[in-house]
Amino acid sequence: MALLLAVLIAAPFLGAYPVLLMKILCFSLFACAFNLLLGYSGLLSFGHAAFFGGAAYVTGYLCKDLGVGPGVGILAGTAFALALGWVFGSLAIRRAGIYFAMITLALAQMMYFVWVQLKLTGGEDGLQGIPRGRLGGIIDLSPDLNLYFFVLAVCAAGFWIVYRAIHSPFGEVLKAIRENEPRAISLGYDVDRVKLLAFTLSAGLAGLAGSTKCLVLQLASLTDVHWHMSGEVVLMTLLGGLGTVFGPVVGAALVVALQNAEAFGRWTLVAQGLIFVVCVLVVRRGIVGELAAFFRRVTHPRKP
Amino acid sequence: MRAVQVLMGAATLAFAAAAQAQISNDVVKIGVLTDLSGPYSDLAGTGSVEAVKMAVEDFGGKVLGKPIEVVAADHQNKGDIAANKAREWFDRGNVDMIIDLTTSSTALAVMKVAKEKNRISIVSGAASTKITNEDCTDTNVHWTYDTRSLAEGTGRAVVKQGGDTWFFLTADYAFGHSLEKDTSEVVTAAGGKVLGSVRHPFPGQDFSSFLLKAQASGAKVIGLANAGTDAQNSIKQAAEFGITPKQKLAGLLLFINDIHTVGLKAAQDLYVTESFYWDRDDASRAWSKRFFDRQKRMPNMVQAGNYSAVGHYLNAVKAAGTDDAAKVMAKMKATPVNDMFTKDGRIRADGLHVHDVYLFQVKKPAEAKGPWDYYKLVQTVPGDQAFTPLAQSRCPLVKK
Amino acid sequence: MIEIFGVPLQALLGQLLVGLINGSFYAVLSLGLAIIFGLLNIINFTHGAQYMMGAFLAWIGLTKFGLPYWAALVVVPLLVGALGMVIERTMLKRLYHLDHLYGLLLTFGLALVIEGFFFNEYGSSGQSYDVPDALTGGTHLGFIFLPNYRAWVVVASLAVCIATWFLIERSSLGAYLRAGTENPKLLQAFGVNVPLLITLTYGFGVALAAFAGVLAAPVFQVSPDMGAKLIIVVFAVVVIGGMGSILGSIVTGLGLGLIEGLAKVYFPEFSATIIFLIMVIVLLVRPAGLFGRVR
Repeated sequence: MALLLAVLIAAPFLGAYPVLLMKILCFSLFACAFNLLLGYSGLLSFGHAAFFGGAAYVTGYLCKDLGVGPGVGILAGTAFALALGWVFGSLAIRRAGIYFAMITLALAQMMYFVWVQLKLTGGEDGLQGIPRGRLGGIIDLSPDLNLYFFVLAVCAAGFWIVYRAIHSPFGEVLKAIRENEPRAISLGYDVDRVKLLAFTLSAGLAGLAGSTKCLVLQLASLTDVHWHMSGEVVLMTLLGGLGTVFGPVVGAALVVALQNAEAFGRWTLVAQGLIFVVCVLVVRRGIVGELAAFFRRVTHPRKP
Repeated sequence: MRAVQVLMGAATLAFAAAAQAQISNDVVKIGVLTDLSGPYSDLAGTGSVEAVKMAVEDFGGKVLGKPIEVVAADHQNKGDIAANKAREWFDRGNVDMIIDLTTSSTALAVMKVAKEKNRISIVSGAASTKITNEDCTDTNVHWTYDTRSLAEGTGRAVVKQGGDTWFFLTADYAFGHSLEKDTSEVVTAAGGKVLGSVRHPFPGQDFSSFLLKAQASGAKVIGLANAGTDAQNSIKQAAEFGITPKQKLAGLLLFINDIHTVGLKAAQDLYVTESFYWDRDDASRAWSKRFFDRQKRMPNMVQAGNYSAVGHYLNAVKAAGTDDAAKVMAKMKATPVNDMFTKDGRIRADGLHVHDVYLFQVKKPAEAKGPWDYYKLVQTVPGDQAFTPLAQSRCPLVKK
Repeated sequence: MIEIFGVPLQALLGQLLVGLINGSFYAVLSLGLAIIFGLLNIINFTHGAQYMMGAFLAWIGLTKFGLPYWAALVVVPLLVGALGMVIERTMLKRLYHLDHLYGLLLTFGLALVIEGFFFNEYGSSGQSYDVPDALTGGTHLGFIFLPNYRAWVVVASLAVCIATWFLIERSSLGAYLRAGTENPKLLQAFGVNVPLLITLTYGFGVALAAFAGVLAAPVFQVSPDMGAKLIIVVFAVVVIGGMGSILGSIVTGLGLGLIEGLAKVYFPEFSATIIFLIMVIVLLVRPAGLFGRVR
């Protein structure tokens, strides 16, 4: 992990393009947050875009129209996502499996309608020209490089939260629920409470990612709250590897790079679809998952 | 990055004592940022890219002794992808000018980036009047059309033709609302009456309920404040339910491609305002035929606008002796536009390219002599009338 | 003139009729999805793309091969159904032992591929498909001018729905199918070729989607994104009706069309979203849907 951090710190100086990296970082955080829910708790949410995009709108509106600073803006966005996550989660947790997913989708679609109707979101045009502001009134975040380190710090903090959550007693209970929920219940765990906590945390972190992203690209739009976005984060997580720590990062990097690549042009959509198909059929554990399994096999050969 | 470029520029100056032509990075690069894979790919898409390439070829492929390059990318109608690409192109791709920009959200996003990086943006695809009002920048040109010109063309002229009561079928999103608002104002100012409106979810599929409301209103004209497949479906279904020809349809944002798709049987007698028509005069016919040979379909105003804008831009670069944004923009605004797209077009302080627009009526199937022969000219609306007067502009750059 | 909440009765009846027409269309579209999920436990996200293929193949059939509408109604569903069976054999089969999730993701990816392919080949503008001559024109019903084609859509949809319901719930083939989902091993022990049955069922569900596509072609523009626009609504219908229930999706499809029709009169902007509100309420109150059984 330290090595990755070192690489990321050095990256802009090595010629990497900061804005693209920042976008990848934000989406990685989004994917990690999602992975917490899907990979570790086994809960598929189809409405995560509501948290990601919703927080982006909140932060964008506060920073642009109310002149709030970036730090407070991001906190506000994240708080919004946490609250929304708690509400959605409370409703959705009552059901399981595909019904859980459908409820999250329906709730996200209703939120989408709200966002479309509200004047402050700017509708199809979105919130444009969101100022990056000065962090704490001192550090000017407008230059790409300054913002890059801020974003790196924020995302690193986010990853750390996810990491700690996974490798804690709480995380173990989550995995227990994913593996065998009835048994977890019989062992006395308040399963609903744990699931709700995981959902809210996941939503909050997704919101953090969205808020940060809106400062990077200086815009928040309907794309961020559309169900396609929810689908994309599933793709990223699946591609990278469900239930792995670094999987989502790899997945996000690949999907963002794919979208950015001019080479595909008209075939981007088809390429995305093909990746989905191939992943599900062949590379089910995702890239990182498969690599990890490969290494395990190589280093610990089992006797047949 | 920027620092290095500045150093290089200074070094070049130092070495070439009488340096006249200063082209950054020794190339003039034009970036076509458009919708290549989504709902507007037929309206702009590869057609736009082709039009830009044609303009570069016709210019000679070189300006001030330096080559001209064209790059293209798909913004998928997403503001953040467009902004990202624009940033990357300006920061690392040596792109000097970005053109097309098919939806208002992508246009507004890229305009901001261009202003920040001090490069030129030319909007040909999007229509929002925000582009030259609240969100205007001094490095942008809005070339082809905007919601006001559409409203003036279709709204005013139709009222004059006797269509004085209106009902709007509006797509429920910012653009639809703005189309409806602009056209309502024009209709009322021209002496007509707006009887009501209904908003349909965007995008929609079945418009029968909304069309029935329009029918119940008894308005002489049903204004379609929507676009693309929504408009096409509205037109088809209006014919299906027997609403036309008793009531007339006015397509507030339609392109010849839409008419081609819907077919003359359903679209006949429809009023449409476009800034360009391939069969308008000899110059437009000649160019359009060349476009047709390459793309197998006739160009619409967006694609024609792209060709015209690039030609004007390159001429400005040549005249200014540099590709520096401010100098080129000054030349672009100082020179009138005269080409196959328009005569005596002028670019104003707010970036709006003011030119004549045309109100057409779609021919009946019997009147058409072949494919793409769809329009008959009803009226030419002079530029000064079609676009918002400068005095009423809400652009902060305009000195009042 | 009688008015209900400010809307004249005549206009309201007209809107309700339109709602019913749309509802019958939703019903036949969600029928295929309900069969595939109900009997096979596969969440077929490709349904929208298969519907679109139905419309497109009808259009290609007409423009390139002169295939008339009436023939297309039979030929196209068979073709697309066959394609569906190929998909099932080569890809879906491998996922049966896994979580539902993977089937959903696979079909989602396939939908992207199919739609992207059609986008690239045919562009985004959409194609026009004319109403067949026998069905042009309409009848004045007093409160509305009802196009003949729309009336046909209702008749055809309901006929297909009833026929399908009959097939699944009342025939021996249907009985095999239902048995196969309850206990495939036992059924196989009785000598029934269960994998073949499953493949055929998927093909049938897909064919229903394509049939809806052919029905839709003259009404809506035939465009690559026509499926994507509808898929979420169709899913909602199936979920509300009960994911395993054939009757559920038929009744819900019709009911939803009516509710949407009412919404379009009183609160038009919300008409596309009301279905999700209903979905949340239903899922919280009766998770298995209105007619479904909890699995």
